[in-house]
Amino acid sequence: MSNLLLTAILLGLVSFGYTYGRKHAFTTGHSIGGISKLHSRPTYHGMLIAMWCILPTFLVLLIWEAIEPSVISSMVVSSLPEKYISLPPERLGLILNDVKNLAQGLNFGSTVDPVLLEASIHYQQLQQTGINIKSASIIVMAIAGLLIGFKFFSPKLRARNHVEQIVRCFLILCSLIAIFTTIGIVLSVLFEAIRFFQKIPVGDFLFGLTWSPQTSIRPDQVGASGEFGAVPVFGGTILISAIAMLVAAPTGLMSAIYLSEYASKKVRATAKPLIEILAGVPTVVYGFFAALVIAPLIRDAGTAVGLEVSSESALAAGLIMGIMIIPFVMSISDDVINAVPQTLRDGSYGLGATKSETIKNVVIPAALPGIVGGLLLAVSRAIGETMIVVMAAGLSANLTANPLQAVTTVTVQIVTLLVGDQEFDSSKTLAAFALGLLLFVVTLILNVLALYIVRKYREEYE
Amino acid sequence: MNNQKPMDIVQAGLAKRYKKEKRFKLIGLSAIIFSLMFLVFLFSSIFLNGYKAFYQAELRIDVFFDPALLDIKDPASANFDALVKKSLRTTFPDVKKRKEKKKLYGLVSTDGSFQLRDMVLADPALVGQNRSVWLLADDDVDMLMKGYIDRNLPQSDRRISDVQIGWIDKLIDAGRVKFRFNIGFFTNGDSREPESAGILGAAMGSFYMLAITLVLSFPIGIGAAIYLEEFAAKNRITDIIEVNINNLAAVPSIVFGLLGLAVFLNFFHLPRSAPLVGGLVLFLMTLPTIIITGRVALQSVPPSIREAALGVGASKMQAVLHHVLPLAMPGMLTGAIIGMARALGESAPLLMIGMVAFIVDIPAGITDPATALPVQIYLWADSPERAFVERTSAAIMVLLTFLVLMNGTAVYLRSKFERRW
Repeated sequence: MSNLLLTAILLGLVSFGYTYGRKHAFTTGHSIGGISKLHSRPTYHGMLIAMWCILPTFLVLLIWEAIEPSVISSMVVSSLPEKYISLPPERLGLILNDVKNLAQGLNFGSTVDPVLLEASIHYQQLQQTGINIKSASIIVMAIAGLLIGFKFFSPKLRARNHVEQIVRCFLILCSLIAIFTTIGIVLSVLFEAIRFFQKIPVGDFLFGLTWSPQTSIRPDQVGASGEFGAVPVFGGTILISAIAMLVAAPTGLMSAIYLSEYASKKVRATAKPLIEILAGVPTVVYGFFAALVIAPLIRDAGTAVGLEVSSESALAAGLIMGIMIIPFVMSISDDVINAVPQTLRDGSYGLGATKSETIKNVVIPAALPGIVGGLLLAVSRAIGETMIVVMAAGLSANLTANPLQAVTTVTVQIVTLLVGDQEFDSSKTLAAFALGLLLFVVTLILNVLALYIVRKYREEYE
Repeated sequence: MNNQKPMDIVQAGLAKRYKKEKRFKLIGLSAIIFSLMFLVFLFSSIFLNGYKAFYQAELRIDVFFDPALLDIKDPASANFDALVKKSLRTTFPDVKKRKEKKKLYGLVSTDGSFQLRDMVLADPALVGQNRSVWLLADDDVDMLMKGYIDRNLPQSDRRISDVQIGWIDKLIDAGRVKFRFNIGFFTNGDSREPESAGILGAAMGSFYMLAITLVLSFPIGIGAAIYLEEFAAKNRITDIIEVNINNLAAVPSIVFGLLGLAVFLNFFHLPRSAPLVGGLVLFLMTLPTIIITGRVALQSVPPSIREAALGVGASKMQAVLHHVLPLAMPGMLTGAIIGMARALGESAPLLMIGMVAFIVDIPAGITDPATALPVQIYLWADSPERAFVERTSAAIMVLLTFLVLMNGTAVYLRSKFERRW
């Protein structure tokens, strides 16, 4: 039975449960002297019955989908001849894969082991039986749920409270997904990173000065695991982020000051959304622009004055990244500056200070914690930005402070190590996760710090 | 010095201070102008690079649908490539050398044979007849016609040789070259040949992904926002959830890609390169944004609404679901659309889960291999052909159009339904 048909049947049962349950509640209510005699309104009775129908069924379905593949696999394996079962688990896994491919009609080898062919037929049969059992049990579950729902129905049933309880559970589940995401990130990155650190010592990774993950040509060669010193990679990240912040911090801050202190309402209403468009432009567009327009521009300008500029210079990537961050810095600074109470400004004007003196000596110092927090958030964004550097920065890990040379960044390395075919136990791919862990930790610290500062600052003036 | 009046000291410094004031204001203004100029620069350079991709050169070639070459019983598998070559040879009969012939064949796109095949499949009676057919020109011809290839360069420095330019000029003189609106760009999948590469495959991939993202993140985000804003007790756990959501919103997107790779691909063994996985990753990525905007929308509904509902006997759940939520809906929708727009432009996490493959077929479902629009842009940006630069810019224009539409809808919704209490 196809999934579509099954879904349709389930939906039919659920809507039947709802409409019929509701109708049943109405008729019962009328027979005992008006529906106000019911504890809950008929709609809630209908909903409760529908939930009885779908929720247990859904649970069963989830459990089934989770365990079915492994159960079938183990059944297939146990039916194989003895000489296959005694194989080491990796080999057995490969054989199992062959069986599954055969079952799907894919045959990559010219000759097929008759044992495997038989196993694949067995596998297909098991799968078919599995689908049949699943469909039957789900429909039985749904009908049983309906019956239980109707059985529990009584005018005194607190249907509304039950329904609301279930909805509440759903809401709690929704808000927990964010937590699960964080746990998932931490676990997935940490788990692979630990496997990496079993091969490469943590000290070598954190303090090593050479990054060349691609050196292995033969698996058994000396030093085949490459060198994984993350310092040049982080150096490149810091260099590009610093250039970006040199562009974004003054521009964003001055834009915010001008917009909130000087600009007329009309200018503010047009200029602010226009600049915020920059924040909505996809980063891949910036990357393309940096690589196609800005990098050649900088290289030509450099050659004109006799400088040697790499075509993947840190300057081009940093410059464009800075422009991407401007609206971000601007919005946060704008918020923060607007939160400074007008009385502080008035006091300063009253003493005869000009507007710029007031801004420099009163507003900015008062808003400083918030601005610093915003800048920290911007730094964290610059460090984590991927597409611009992937497209406009280099791949070779140079430890340099010269913005005209090509450097690489953490995100670039993660992308280059993980794009394409991977085997999941080489230190090359695992290194990407170690970098990811570092990236996550660094940005997390920056974010926590920044959010804390901004929050503290807001409380000060509220 | 001391017998100067304070007013005099002030007066003396005043001019200088006003100058400083003016300078400061000017710096602020120039910061804004800098950002705006860059915006104009960015958009105009993308436009100038890309607008020519919307039309494309075609060559008119006289084709004799030779029955000797085309097996009438099975036209689908016939050698249409040879037909194209033969027609080119008849158009330029004086080309004899093998090397030159090869160059001649290079004038027409390799997809020209598919064009002829489609014609014959649509009308088998064509076989044995003479027809004058507009065939897609090769991308180098297209680039030459659009003026991107400099004729004055030495032959070795350009992708098109002197003989070829001579033939093209002949064709132009005979009125056999024209530009036509590039429909293929909107209806084709990816291709190695720039002239027949299109964005439909990537756009469909993006569409499936966004559909999954929306279906998951909107209800779940709203559910979480309602719980945290309306029901959750203010205690340590809710505090942790809140801080956690705020931090999650600032986690680099590539980390979500790592999560998707480790969890969805390696643990759950979902198919690689599938919009399903992309949608799941983007869902996790946009969820914090939607929760945060949803909470803001709920906060903006005044407490009096809740109190009135509770006062006439509604339960807490009824008050929230029947009265507060509908009033907060426009704000939540706006947040969701902005979140979707961001998800549409996102590419870094998709690189991690294998959505960067070269995929010609247009995906027909959420488990088919696919790319997304921004990833397609990334892939094309990496291609060396000049024609792909043009196409990349055109694809960017399409992507930006979608983003403008989405954000425009969000702004419109906000201005139309926003209520000040």
